[in-house]
Amino acid sequence: MQESALVLAFTLISTGNPDLFEIIGLSLRVSIVSVFFSLLLGLSLGASLAVSRFRGRQVLTILINSMMSLPPVVVGLLVYLALSRSGPLGWLGLLYTPTAMIIAQTLLITPLVAALSRQVIEDLFVEYKEQFQSLRLTQSQQINALLWDSRYSLLTVALAGLGRSLSEVGAVIIVGGNIDHLTRVMTTAIALETSKGDLPLALALGLILLTMALMINALLATINFSAKRQAYA
Amino acid sequence: MKSLFHKAIALSLFSILVSTTSLSHAKKSTVLVQSTTSTANSGFYDYLLPHFEQQSGITVNVVAVGTGQAIRNARNCDADVLLVHAKSAEDAFVADGFGDTRFELMYNDFVIIGPSSDPASIRGINNVQLALQKIADVSALFASRGDDSGTHKKEVSLWRQTKVDIDQAGRSWYRSTGSGMGATINTAIGLGAYTITDRATWISFKNKSDYEIVLEGDPELFNQYGVILVSANKCPSVSSEAGQQFIDWLLSDHAQSLIGQFSIDGQQLFYPNAD
Amino acid sequence: MLSASCQTQLELVNIAFHVNGKALLTDVNLSITESGVTAIMGFNGAGKSVLLKIMHSILKPESGSVLWGQQPCNAHHLQSQAMVFQKPVLLKRSTKANIDFVLKQRDVKHFELRDQLLERVGLTAKMRQAARALSGGEQQRLALARALACEPKVLFLDEATASLDPASTAIIERIVTEQAQAGTKIIMVTHDAAQAARLSQQVVFMDAGSVAEQSHSHNFFTNPTSEAAKAYLDGQIFIPT
Repeated sequence: MQESALVLAFTLISTGNPDLFEIIGLSLRVSIVSVFFSLLLGLSLGASLAVSRFRGRQVLTILINSMMSLPPVVVGLLVYLALSRSGPLGWLGLLYTPTAMIIAQTLLITPLVAALSRQVIEDLFVEYKEQFQSLRLTQSQQINALLWDSRYSLLTVALAGLGRSLSEVGAVIIVGGNIDHLTRVMTTAIALETSKGDLPLALALGLILLTMALMINALLATINFSAKRQAYA
Repeated sequence: MKSLFHKAIALSLFSILVSTTSLSHAKKSTVLVQSTTSTANSGFYDYLLPHFEQQSGITVNVVAVGTGQAIRNARNCDADVLLVHAKSAEDAFVADGFGDTRFELMYNDFVIIGPSSDPASIRGINNVQLALQKIADVSALFASRGDDSGTHKKEVSLWRQTKVDIDQAGRSWYRSTGSGMGATINTAIGLGAYTITDRATWISFKNKSDYEIVLEGDPELFNQYGVILVSANKCPSVSSEAGQQFIDWLLSDHAQSLIGQFSIDGQQLFYPNAD
Repeated sequence: MLSASCQTQLELVNIAFHVNGKALLTDVNLSITESGVTAIMGFNGAGKSVLLKIMHSILKPESGSVLWGQQPCNAHHLQSQAMVFQKPVLLKRSTKANIDFVLKQRDVKHFELRDQLLERVGLTAKMRQAARALSGGEQQRLALARALACEPKVLFLDEATASLDPASTAIIERIVTEQAQAGTKIIMVTHDAAQAARLSQQVVFMDAGSVAEQSHSHNFFTNPTSEAAKAYLDGQIFIPT
C-alpha cells in the first residue's frame, strides 16, 4: 500500500489536482493565521510572565503550562458551543467557517507559545536583569530587548506552534464541519478518506502533509542558519 | 507587562470582527444541511448537489456527522435542513417543534458483512434475528457503531428481538466502537468481526479486504431516509426560503430520477420513494 | 535644577542588607563627597559588590538611605549614573547596535557620540561585528563605551578589569582616568591594590559588612590604620577570628 500511496501522492501533485491544492491552500491559510495570532497573544503573555513580578504569577504559570495539554477535541467542542446559533456568540454567524477554525486553533496554540516563550525569556532574563536595571529600562523596553535577543529560540517555538496547528484535526472538524470546498483541510480530508476506506489516498495526503511540514522547516532553517552566522558568537 | 498583552488581544478581536463582516457581505444564498456520514461518504452529495446548484444558484453545504450529532446540531439551530435515516428520532424532532414536516425521500437497506471465512456460518440464513443469535451463540466478534446513529439504533432494535444481552456481551465478543460507519467497518475488518452497515456505504467502501455481504434481504433491514426543514419558529436564523426550495427540488420528479440513477460499479445505492 | 556637585555628593546612612538571614552589610555610614576616583577594597565577602549595587540603586537595602546631595535618590539621579559589571552582558546584535540601543532609549538622535565612543575604546574597526563574537577584553571595552553613552555623572565599576588581558586593562584604566579628570565621579571595586594605587584618590576599605577605614589613597597605602587593612595589604587573605 505504501508504494501505491507514494505514486498517488506524486500523481496528485504533478497533475495539479485542483481539489488537492484547494485543501492545501486552506490548511496553510488556517495554520499560518492561527500561529500569527498565537504568537501575538502568546509571546506578549509569555514575556510579561517572565519579567513581571505580581501576586498570582506562579498560579498563572502553572495554569498556562497545563493548558498545553488541552485536548483539541475539547477545545473544538467548547468553541462549537460558543459559536453555535443557540450559543452566546451565534449571532456572529462564524460556525462552519475558516474563521471558526482559526479561533479554535489559536486557543489551542497560544498556551503552547506562552508557556515555552516564558521559559525561554525567563532564562535569558536571569542573565540580563542587573544590566537592565543599571540602564534603567522600562518593562516594555526590557521585554522588547529580550524578545529580540531570544529570536532564534522563539522561532523554534513558532515552529512548534505551526506543527501542532498543521497536524490538528479534532477541533477543526467540529467547528469547521469538514464541508467540501469550504472548510476541508488536509487533516480532515485524511480522516474522511480513512472513514471511506480509501487508505491509499489517506496515506498519500498524509505524505503530502509531511512534505509540506518538511519544506516549511527546511526553509526557516536556512534563513535561521545564514542569519546566525552573521549575528551570533 | 499586561498592557502589551491587552493590545494583542484587542488587535486579534478587531481582526476577527473585520473578517466576520467581510464574510457576511460576500455571502450568496446558501443552505446548510446536517446529514449522516453514511449518506455523504458514498458520494451521494458530490453526485446530486451540482445539479441543484446549477439550476438554482444556491450553494448547499453539507456537514456529515453521526445521526445523533446531526440531530443535536439541528436542535441547536446550526442547520437549515436535516437529512438522516432515524425515523423515530426524526418524528420526535418534528413533535418537539424543531421541524415543520418530515418528508420521505429515499430508501435502501442494511446488510450484515463479515469475513469470507464466515466463522458463525451466517451465509444462507434469511432471518436477521436468527443470524444475530448464531453470532452470539458461537461468540463470534461483532462490531457495533455504538454512537446513537440511525444504523446503531436499527442494530440495537434487532438485538432486542433476540434473547441476547448485548451489555453483557460487551465484555467478550460485542465491540462497541463509538465511531462512524467507515471507521467501524475498518475496525470490524481489522478485528475479523461481523457488523451491520447500510448498503450505500458498503458499495462505495474502498477497503473491503476479503469481506462480503453475508446476509441481506430481510424486510427488518429496511432503511428509510427522511428530510426535514428546520422550523423558523424555533430557529429564527434559518434560511427557510432556500431550504424549502432545496427540499422541494429533492422531492421533485427530476431529483428523484437522478437519485435512482446514482450507482457505483453498476449497483444502485438509493431507491427514491418520495410521494 | 540640581548642580553638578549635588549629583555626585554621595552619602550612605545606616545601610543594612541581609540575604537569607545572613547579614552582608551592617550599619554602613559613608560619605563620598569629593570628585575623582574612589576605590572600594576588602577581602572576599566583605560586601563590596553589594555596597556598590546599593549605591547605584539596583539593590534595595533592608534599612537606611542613599542620599545624593543630601536628597533621596530621584529619577534625575538614576539617569545620570552607569555601571560596568565584572562580566559584560551585551545584547545579541552588532557592536554598534549595542550602543545605539542605549542612545535610542535616551532619545539621542545623532550617532556621532557612538562613533566617538567606539573610537575611544578602540573598537571602530569591529563596529559591525556581532558583539558576542568579540574577545573578553573587547566586550568589556564595549560595555564601558555603552556605559559612557549614558553620559553619566557617576560611573560605577565592579571589578571591571579582573579577568582582562593587560592591553584591555590599560585602555579601560586610561579612559577611567580621563573621565575622572573631566569631572565624572568614579567609584570602583577592585581587588588589584596596584590598580587602586594607580588610579584612585580615595580608598574605602570594607571588612565583614562595614566600613573599616576611609582615607586618601596615598595615606591608605603607606599607613593603613585598621588591623584588617594592614592584614590585607600585607598580602594575607584571611583574618583569624
